[in-house]
Amino acid sequence: MLKDITIGQYFPGQSILHEMDPRMKIVLTTVYIIMLFAASNPLGLCVSIPFLVLAYGVSRIPAVMILRSLKPVLPIIIFTSLLNMFFIDGQVLWQLGFLKITLQGLTTAIVMSIRILFLIAGTSLLTYTTSPIALTDGIERLFSPLKRLKLPVHELAMMMTIALRFIPTLVEETDKIMSAQKARGADMESGGLTRRAKALIPILIPLFVSAFRRADELALAMECRCYRGGEGRTRMKQLKIHSRDIFCAIFVGVCFAAVIAINLWAPVVLTMR
Amino acid sequence: MIAIKAQELTYTYSVGTPFEKTAVDHINLEIEQGEFVGVIGHTGSGKSTLIQHFNGLLKPTSGKIYINGTDLWAEDTVRRAYRVKVGLVCQYPEFRLFEETVYKDIAFGPGNMGLSPAEIDQRVRQAAAAVGLKPKTLDSSPFELSGGQKRRVAIAGVLAMEPDILILDEPTAGLDPKGREQILSLIKAYHKQRRNTILLVSHSMEDIAKYAKKVLVLSKAGVVMYDDVANVFSRAKEIEKIGLSVPQITRVFELLRDQGYPVSDSIYTLEYAKQELLRMLEERGVPHA
Repeated sequence: MLKDITIGQYFPGQSILHEMDPRMKIVLTTVYIIMLFAASNPLGLCVSIPFLVLAYGVSRIPAVMILRSLKPVLPIIIFTSLLNMFFIDGQVLWQLGFLKITLQGLTTAIVMSIRILFLIAGTSLLTYTTSPIALTDGIERLFSPLKRLKLPVHELAMMMTIALRFIPTLVEETDKIMSAQKARGADMESGGLTRRAKALIPILIPLFVSAFRRADELALAMECRCYRGGEGRTRMKQLKIHSRDIFCAIFVGVCFAAVIAINLWAPVVLTMR
Repeated sequence: MIAIKAQELTYTYSVGTPFEKTAVDHINLEIEQGEFVGVIGHTGSGKSTLIQHFNGLLKPTSGKIYINGTDLWAEDTVRRAYRVKVGLVCQYPEFRLFEETVYKDIAFGPGNMGLSPAEIDQRVRQAAAAVGLKPKTLDSSPFELSGGQKRRVAIAGVLAMEPDILILDEPTAGLDPKGREQILSLIKAYHKQRRNTILLVSHSMEDIAKYAKKVLVLSKAGVVMYDDVANVFSRAKEIEKIGLSVPQITRVFELLRDQGYPVSDSIYTLEYAKQELLRMLEERGVPHA
């Protein structure tokens, strides 16, 4: 049950996307997000469709995984779409009492949902193809100029690495604790809200205790291996920009240019607010 | 009566992802009521996955599981009742303690069964006594106790449900020799007193040889052997082939046989070994005290 959580789950493989420099992937993902929100025109958004299909095709991530990553955001999408549909003024298509659906509302709702769906699908691709370690490594390097501003970049990256590293461990631990308490007759599936909240206590307390114990042990293990922060640390795996990174950057650049071009010159069929 | 019956039982983890793994593969098994079964198999052979099916924690990907003749997954209402009839002590159970006092923690299981307060009180005290906890320990916090004592509290928490079938997944892992000995003797005494079915998962062949009556050998997600202790350990070569060992004393006797001494091939405890050696010496006319 808990194992279905996929956000931030790495999906090992050997595609060009897996082998790309994590820094480049983070930058390009950011560009992709900007691209989604820069497209002021449904046609511009359509550029993202072949882009995503191609990216997922190349990475060989099964399509089921996209659906899995989209599942948790569906309620948000439905909620915002409903708000958009009913509360944006414009040409009225359908009316019932004070409720009315307008053409503008409907298009905004559709465009917004597509945007959010693509946003999640696209950014999930980053975490699917990049191991958490590579990801934080990339983040650390990207933010390293901020060290001049006395920002503890290395420490922050290390904290992120550790946090990401321990998500699966804690999920597994939670699963084990749940099994153990279920084996003692704990009922977590029925009853009202307060009963269910109370049923969480036998899970949360052991989970917290074990999280603190693990943190303690990890700190000790790090100290035993002479960890003392980022100063003067060298890396086993140096990040390098290869031709494949340049190639992907050009590809994303072309897509971005296409979106801008469509914004400027394409006939504005359905202008959004 | 058959306590546990598995029919073509199969379980696959993470279906549809690259991490897909079949941990239990078409297992057929029948365990009699009142048996003391040792379960052995190296890491990843499917032991833990298999035993989690016996109390309905895991739903088989395919196949059936019957407890006392009832199909666990036929009706949803059945399962919770059987979860307390089949008591499972998971690995490192002391990390699952959560209550303020030892007493309350042991009472968690019986409380979930909806018993009367008087009945719960009686069961808690009985279970605590069965694992050798002093009555004054009941009022202390479980987090103040030592590792071995915590483990006893956790085992008592399952015993207090008075399960028909008791499953222990490596109950002695990480304990010192004295702690191991104590916990296993307590379990053995409990078995003698109640005559319930017990499954003991362990990596120690000596412990299995000493306490269990039958042995279930698992390898590569399947059952390799299920037989009396003597019969299983007499097939030492096969057991070593799948990466497990036999008790040290069995090895010694195997080597003696290879050297041409006429000793039995089903020696697996020190007691038997002594008798067998004395018998052999007597046959050869060697005087001994």
